[in-house]
Amino acid sequence: MQLRNRHLIGWLEASPLALVLAAFLIAPILMIVIVSFWGATEFSIYPAFQLDNYEFLFSSPVTYRVFGATLKYAFITWALTFAIGFTVAYFLAFHVRSLTMQIALFLVCTIPFWTSNIIRMISWIPFLGRNGIANQTLISWGVIDEPLEWLLYSDFAVILAFVHLYTLFMVVPIFNTMMRIDKSLLEAARDNGANGFQTLVHVILPLTKPGIMIGTIFVVTLVMGDFITVRFMSGSQRANVGRLISNDIGLLQYPSAAATAVVLLCTVMIVIAILLRFVNIRKEL
Amino acid sequence: MRTGYDLELVHLTKRYGDTVAVRNLNHVFAPGSYVCLLGPSGCGKSSTLRMIAGHEDVSEGSILLDGHDVSALPPAQRGTAMMFQNYALFPHLSVRDNVAFSLRMKGTDKPTRHKRADEMLALVDMSHLADRLPDQLSGGQQQRVALARALVTEPKVLLLDEPLSALDPFLRIRMRTELKKLQRELGITFIHVTHGQDEALALADKIVVMNDAVIEQAGPAREVWATPSTEFVARFIGGHNVIALPGGKATVRADAIRFAGDDTRDGTAATIVAVEYQGASVAVTSRTDAGEDVLALLPEQEFFAAPKSPGDAVRLSWDDRSLHRLRA
Repeated sequence: MQLRNRHLIGWLEASPLALVLAAFLIAPILMIVIVSFWGATEFSIYPAFQLDNYEFLFSSPVTYRVFGATLKYAFITWALTFAIGFTVAYFLAFHVRSLTMQIALFLVCTIPFWTSNIIRMISWIPFLGRNGIANQTLISWGVIDEPLEWLLYSDFAVILAFVHLYTLFMVVPIFNTMMRIDKSLLEAARDNGANGFQTLVHVILPLTKPGIMIGTIFVVTLVMGDFITVRFMSGSQRANVGRLISNDIGLLQYPSAAATAVVLLCTVMIVIAILLRFVNIRKEL
Repeated sequence: MRTGYDLELVHLTKRYGDTVAVRNLNHVFAPGSYVCLLGPSGCGKSSTLRMIAGHEDVSEGSILLDGHDVSALPPAQRGTAMMFQNYALFPHLSVRDNVAFSLRMKGTDKPTRHKRADEMLALVDMSHLADRLPDQLSGGQQQRVALARALVTEPKVLLLDEPLSALDPFLRIRMRTELKKLQRELGITFIHVTHGQDEALALADKIVVMNDAVIEQAGPAREVWATPSTEFVARFIGGHNVIALPGGKATVRADAIRFAGDDTRDGTAATIVAVEYQGASVAVTSRTDAGEDVLALLPEQEFFAAPKSPGDAVRLSWDDRSLHRLRA
C-alpha cells in the first residue's frame, strides 16, 4: 500500500513536465514524421503513406551537397568556437584570480546577447561590405589595393557570424567544468614536473572533457538547425539544410519539408550519439 | 661538518601584501630526520612548507638543499616532493598512471614507468589496486597512492601537508605508524605539517613549534615536551600547567600534581571544577584561589582510592623538581 502510494506520488510529480513535453515536443515531432509520408501536388497536400518524399530526397545530388555544407559549417564553427571558447574559459578560470573580476569578465562575454540575433547579423553588413569599415581600413593601411569580395556574402561571413553567436555556448560549460577542477591538482602536476603545456594536455583537458562535450552539443545542434544566419550572411548564395526546409515551406511543400526535417533530426542525433560514446557527461549533469 | 642532504632555511620570509606569514625563519633540518612543523592554523607552517616545495614564492631569504640555493627553482627540480592535504590525485588516471605521472612528464617509456610505479605501489602495499581509479579507493588507500606518487620522484625531502587530517582517528594512528616506518626505511627527510601535538609527539624526531610567523621552539620531541621554552609552547603542546610564581612563570606537568590531604597546610588551596575520566587516568581541573585553572592527571587507581567531585576543596602540591621555569 505504502509502496503503491509512493509510485503514485512519483508519477504525479513527474506528470506536469511530462505533459508539457508530450504536447509541445513529442506530438509536433510525431506530426512531422507522419506528414513526411504524405503526398503533395502543386496546390495541395493529401494524407497518404508513401516514400516519395524520401525517395526524392535521397536521389537528389542537391541533398548531399546541402547536407555536406551543413556538416562543414558545423565542423568549422565547432573547431573555432572550441579554440576560442576553451582559451577564454581557461583564462577566466585559471588566470583571473578574484571572483569579482571573473564575474565582470564573464558578463562582458554575454554582451553579444544584449541585442537580437537579427540585429547582430545586420550590423556585420556595414562592417564587412564592399565599402565597409574592414575593407576601407585595410585599403587605407595599404594592405590591399581593392576591396575583398569574400568578406561579406560568403562562407567566411556565415562562419564569422556563427562563431560570434555561439562561442558563449562553448565558454559557459567549459568554464563551469574548469571551475570544478581542484587547484591543488595543478600544483600536484607542477610538483610532478609537468610544464604548463603538459598540465594543460594531461590534466586540464581530460578533466574538462564533459564541459567541452556539452558545449559541442550546443554548437553543433544550433548550427545544424540554423537557416536565418546562412541566409543573411551569405546573401542567399549559400544553402544549408535549414534553408532547404524553409524553401520547401515557402512553396507550401510541407511533406517534403517534413521529410528533410526528419533526416536532419536523425543526422543530428547520430552526431550526438557518436560524441556521447567518447565522453560520459552524466557526472556533469 | 654537515653531511647528506640537509635542508636549511636562511632568513626565510613570506609576505602577502602587508601581512607577514613567515618572519625571518632560520633552521637546519638534519638529513634523514622526521620533522614536524607544529602550530595553530595561520601560524605560517603551511606557507613555510609550500615555500620549501616551491608552490609559493619566497619574499626574502633562501632555501638551501644539499648546499644549493633552490628557492628560485621550479618544484620538480628541487629534489623535494609534496604530498597534498587532500591527496590531489588525478581523478581521470588509474592508480598506476597517477604514480607514473612524473615519469611520463619526463618522457620515460611506458614499460619502464609502469615497472617503477608498480615498485612504488608495492612499497605502500597497494599493488592489488593499481588499475582502480582514485574515486574507487578509501581515504587511507588514496593516501598511500599519494605517498607512492610523491616517492616515485626519488625526493631528498618529502613534504607532507597535514597528511592525516582527512582520516578517521583509528586510521590516523595506523597511518602514522606506517609513515614513521617508511621514513626509517627510506632514510630521507620527512617534513610533516600538523596542528595536532599528539601526532607531532608520536612521529617526530624533531619538533619545530611555530606561532605567529616565527619559530617558538625547535628541538627533539622529548626536549620540547619536557622543557617548553615559552608559555605558548607549554600550552600548545598540552599536559602542562602554566603557573605564575614570584620571578616569572613556570610550568608544572599535569601528571606531577597531587592532592595533599585536607589536614595539611602544604600546597596551594583550590576548588575542583571538573573531573573527567579518561580510562588509564583521570583529569581533574581545579581553580586556585588566585583564579588559575590547574589540570592534574591522576592515575586511575590513585584517584578512585580517594575520589573527588566538583566543589570539593583540595590542596595542590607538586615536587619542585617538576617545576620548569619559562623563558621571559
